[in-house]
Amino acid sequence: MAGVELLSDQGYRLDGRKASELRKVQARMGVFAQADGSAYIEQGNTKALAVVYGPHEVRGSRSRTMHDRAVINCQYSMATFSTAERKRRPHGDRKSSEMSLHLKQTFEAAVLTQLYPRSQIDIYVKILQSDGGNYSACVNAATLALVDAGIPMRDYVCACTAGFVEDTPLADLCHAEESGGGTTLALALLPRSRHIALVQMDARLHQDHLDMLMEAAAEACRGLSKVLDGVVRQHLQEVSVLTRD
Amino acid sequence: MLKSKTFVKKTRSGGVMKIVREHYLRDDIWCGSEVCVECKDETPVLQKDACIESNLCTFPHYLIPDTNVVIQQIDILEDPLIRNVIILQTVLQEVRHRSAPIYKRIKDAIHDKEKHFYTFTNEHHRETFIEREQGESANDRNDRAIRVAAKWYSEHLSKAPDAGDLKVVLLTNDRDNKEKAEKSGLIVYKCEEYVKSLIANPELVDRLALTSDEQNEITGSRVVFPEHLPLSKIQAGIKSGTFLQGTFHANRDNYLEAKVYVHGEGDESTEVLVQGLLNLNRAVHQDVVAVELLPRENWVAPSSVVLIDDAQNDEDAEEEEAEKKVRKALDSKPAQGSTLKPTGRVVGIIKRNWRPFCGMLLQSHIKESTRHLFTPADRRIPRIRIETRQASTLEGQRIMVAIDGWPKNSRYPNGHFVKSLGSAGDKETETEVLLLEHDVPHLPFSQAVLSFLPKMPWSITEEDLKVRADLRHLTVCSVDPPGCTDIDDALHCRELENGNLEVGVHIADVSHFIRPGNALDQEAASRGTTVYLCGKRIDMVPELLSSNLCSLRSNVERLAFSCIWEMNQNAEIISTRFTKSVINSKASLTYAEAQMRIDDTSMNDDITKSLRGLNKLAKILKGRRIEKGALTLSSPEVRFHIDSETHDPIDLQTKELMETNSMVEEFMLLANISVAQKIYEEFSECALLRKHPAPPPSNYDILIKAASSKGLVIYIDSAKALADSLNDAQVEGFPYFNTLLRILATRCMMQAVYFCSGMDSDFQHYGLASPIYTHFTSPIRRYSDIIVHRLLAVAINADSTYPDLMDKHKQAALCNNLNYRHKMAQYAQRASVALHTQLFFKNRGILNEEGFILFVRKNAIIVLIPKFGLEGTVFFENKDKPSPRLSFDEEGPTLTVEDHPFHMFDKVKVTISLDSSNIQHQKIRMALSEPVIPGVSVSMPETEPEAKKPKLDR
Ligand SMILES: [Zn+2]
Repeated sequence: MAGVELLSDQGYRLDGRKASELRKVQARMGVFAQADGSAYIEQGNTKALAVVYGPHEVRGSRSRTMHDRAVINCQYSMATFSTAERKRRPHGDRKSSEMSLHLKQTFEAAVLTQLYPRSQIDIYVKILQSDGGNYSACVNAATLALVDAGIPMRDYVCACTAGFVEDTPLADLCHAEESGGGTTLALALLPRSRHIALVQMDARLHQDHLDMLMEAAAEACRGLSKVLDGVVRQHLQEVSVLTRD
Repeated sequence: MLKSKTFVKKTRSGGVMKIVREHYLRDDIWCGSEVCVECKDETPVLQKDACIESNLCTFPHYLIPDTNVVIQQIDILEDPLIRNVIILQTVLQEVRHRSAPIYKRIKDAIHDKEKHFYTFTNEHHRETFIEREQGESANDRNDRAIRVAAKWYSEHLSKAPDAGDLKVVLLTNDRDNKEKAEKSGLIVYKCEEYVKSLIANPELVDRLALTSDEQNEITGSRVVFPEHLPLSKIQAGIKSGTFLQGTFHANRDNYLEAKVYVHGEGDESTEVLVQGLLNLNRAVHQDVVAVELLPRENWVAPSSVVLIDDAQNDEDAEEEEAEKKVRKALDSKPAQGSTLKPTGRVVGIIKRNWRPFCGMLLQSHIKESTRHLFTPADRRIPRIRIETRQASTLEGQRIMVAIDGWPKNSRYPNGHFVKSLGSAGDKETETEVLLLEHDVPHLPFSQAVLSFLPKMPWSITEEDLKVRADLRHLTVCSVDPPGCTDIDDALHCRELENGNLEVGVHIADVSHFIRPGNALDQEAASRGTTVYLCGKRIDMVPELLSSNLCSLRSNVERLAFSCIWEMNQNAEIISTRFTKSVINSKASLTYAEAQMRIDDTSMNDDITKSLRGLNKLAKILKGRRIEKGALTLSSPEVRFHIDSETHDPIDLQTKELMETNSMVEEFMLLANISVAQKIYEEFSECALLRKHPAPPPSNYDILIKAASSKGLVIYIDSAKALADSLNDAQVEGFPYFNTLLRILATRCMMQAVYFCSGMDSDFQHYGLASPIYTHFTSPIRRYSDIIVHRLLAVAINADSTYPDLMDKHKQAALCNNLNYRHKMAQYAQRASVALHTQLFFKNRGILNEEGFILFVRKNAIIVLIPKFGLEGTVFFENKDKPSPRLSFDEEGPTLTVEDHPFHMFDKVKVTISLDSSNIQHQKIRMALSEPVIPGVSVSMPETEPEAKKPKLDR
């Protein structure tokens, strides 16, 4: 029998979760003092750091300036030590540029950019440790960092992956599950309005399964939004305690 | 949502990679017992009253087997007696890792509701998860995990208020593990102890597999095989090229010889010859092995000797005998430089492919002995030593035995008794054997499968009529062999106003009833085909569908999938239409009845007119097909007249073909081709098609030689050339010659196979001379046709698609299974004909019949008796008396016996009788009676009592 059994007959996944359960999420906001906003998130073993600068004047080429809204600039990178195999990762390789672009698209849909015409918001995210769902960890970390920076958004942007094993959709895949050969879908959702900021799927999936998979991913995103909301409230409480004196 | 859990990191290092994985521990994993009140399990699996009567455990108990017990004693665990077993996740994972077939069997047992097997996910349970300690081996850690889980169970259950005496019992054969478990206060037994203590079923003991330390005790023989290399060394050797990996094929006729088919790059594969007991080194037919080539000077030629391992059971004498044989076999090799083959020896086993084997017990000469040798029906399998107390009851019975292992100091593998099939020679038993040996699934359909059948009474609904073409008014009829109850196809033909003809092929709409993915569908996909044996049919789908709802019987309304053409009088297709439909067949005819109607000029009803139209078109179609180079080959086919009461064969006849046979066939071919084009056009990546590759030219050597012996030339450049030269090959005064030649040509052909269009580029169907082909017309008895129906239904928007249908890899896997099942069904069918031939000749004494020589061999001729379609070998070598002078000329090929030369196609007379000297391998014996060669031919008793003469002349 080749490969590993991703979902046992008893309904447990490799790491002991059930199909719709998320990995343990831990997050902190305001981890860097010098940035306008920052956050660190752990989703299982995937760890990401996000830093936000801005809004500020557009730097570099003036031609990028938008006179009706802010420009969002995203940069994604992975630490050399983030995967089991140590690899030098040159800046701006195809994968990171693509990821940067996806992040940009995601946050253009969520941030109220029209409030800051002719300005720029920089979002830097780095994956410190990678164990599946890099995109979602980045989105979630960046959301927290944006909140930390006090930049107005329509809603939290929550992202999560979902995959397909036999006929069961699995939420929040870890690396072993992602590389198990099935189809992975990444979804970034604005939970309250249920608007989709970005959805991405690389492999082929039969049309009949799409709705089920989307629903599983959306459900996971809604779950995550509650966690993120909790993190923000906790942070506010801590900050307000500190500022009271 | 997210349940916060303590989590532990598990590190797995392999090479330089360090893999960190999360491992969540949960507190919502239930124990699965009915008595427990603490767990919130809604449907507990383990019964409160878990009683297996045992001398050792007088209290109700749950069993917890360890990994080795599951792997070695799966036959015991599968027994209905054994219930309420806890399978730990640790055990299940280890089994999965170590043996895929056993993993499947234990999973089947877990799914069986009657068995009350419960899987406890101990690795994710907060209280039963343990971490590997420093210096602890993975095996020891797993053993400890099993003990911890067992301990947890015994404590957990004792907390339940009405648990009573309920306890858990750990089963392990590992001494160390047992001691440690006892120390921690667990009830633990060796599997053997426990099984022996069972009161209800003492026979279960026979099914105990021998474990390795016991095995060493019982063998005292002098054969010592070389040690098998460990897998790591084998892999390194294969990489470096010192060893070759291949599948082991034992020689059917010589137990001291085998071939290893080495899987080479691409399609190329080479053969390595292995000779001698020690070189064979305990490999069993179909095992995947590693071989090492011997130096060139030690290469040998395949022996042409027939050697059957028939030594007596007496161990010592037997060994000596065997050794002598080995020596003799190896000495008697002719040193012919040209025929030397790469020769090697088996150095290790990569994968065993053992299955339970059918066969018979050879009783030990020592009366009280419980150790006996078992002789498998398949001669390629070695004899197996088993232990049983029921030897005297099992004598003369066909039984099943599984191999447990083959220690290096044992002449034979050790095994254990699985079950008895019935008395040997009995038709039912022998049929069961041939089904098992050909891996034909033939158990009754399970409840799960039957639950997907339509509820009776069933009728066509308004809904059905709305989405289907109503063709009930058409004069549709079916033409089949007599007694056919699963009618797949029906036809109609009518003249249109514009002078053209409308022809319809209506096929049973099986895919309407069998929906993708349900248990019924899975079962049909696994069976792949209906298997027709003499007097018995093993259905692919339950009878309600095969003989009733799907069967296009006359005068009932049935759902069909129709393919309708408009043709001109010249049988050229003007348009093709596919539609789901409702039909009402007006008549179910046999080929003979249909033929009579066509020939009887006084009949002029609609059915007859329709048949005549079809027949006329079919002739044109056939002519055109043959023009293109389609082959008409023949093989002798026999049918048995089966006595309706005893079901014994009372007479046999060769199948005769009528015009109507080919009429139906012609339209089925046309429908298949039309459908193949349509589905390929629509789904170029995932159309299920059927191809028949052209054979390599060397396959025809025997045919060309045979024809040239009669001064004829066979051209093989193309199918067309072959077909034409076969047509021209006539010998004056020998009308049967052409048929013989076609029989030979059939043997040169390749197997036709199913394939998925996205995985292959060669679609050619050589035999039918069609660039594309598929199977559409028999969905009741072939699963391929069901898939084709589904594809076609999607193509015409009559049904929805589903993921697996569009997945070319899944479809390729399905094709593999279908090809395997079809091949096995064919073999089973042949075996069944052979069995019935034997039964037929059993009570008929010795017959003297005319036949033709089909092949000439070094020491024998192979004779075909056209009257019975029977093929047999006449040997000229005798064991007990001196053989006649033989000389063989390969060029002819000619075999000269004394002074009489035998050529291919010579007419001879032979006596036919049943040889039952070996009850397990009864066979038809043929001996030469004409031409008369003194000392070789036998004389036929002329005055045979009239009564005994079979009534074969019809
Ligand atoms: Zn419990």
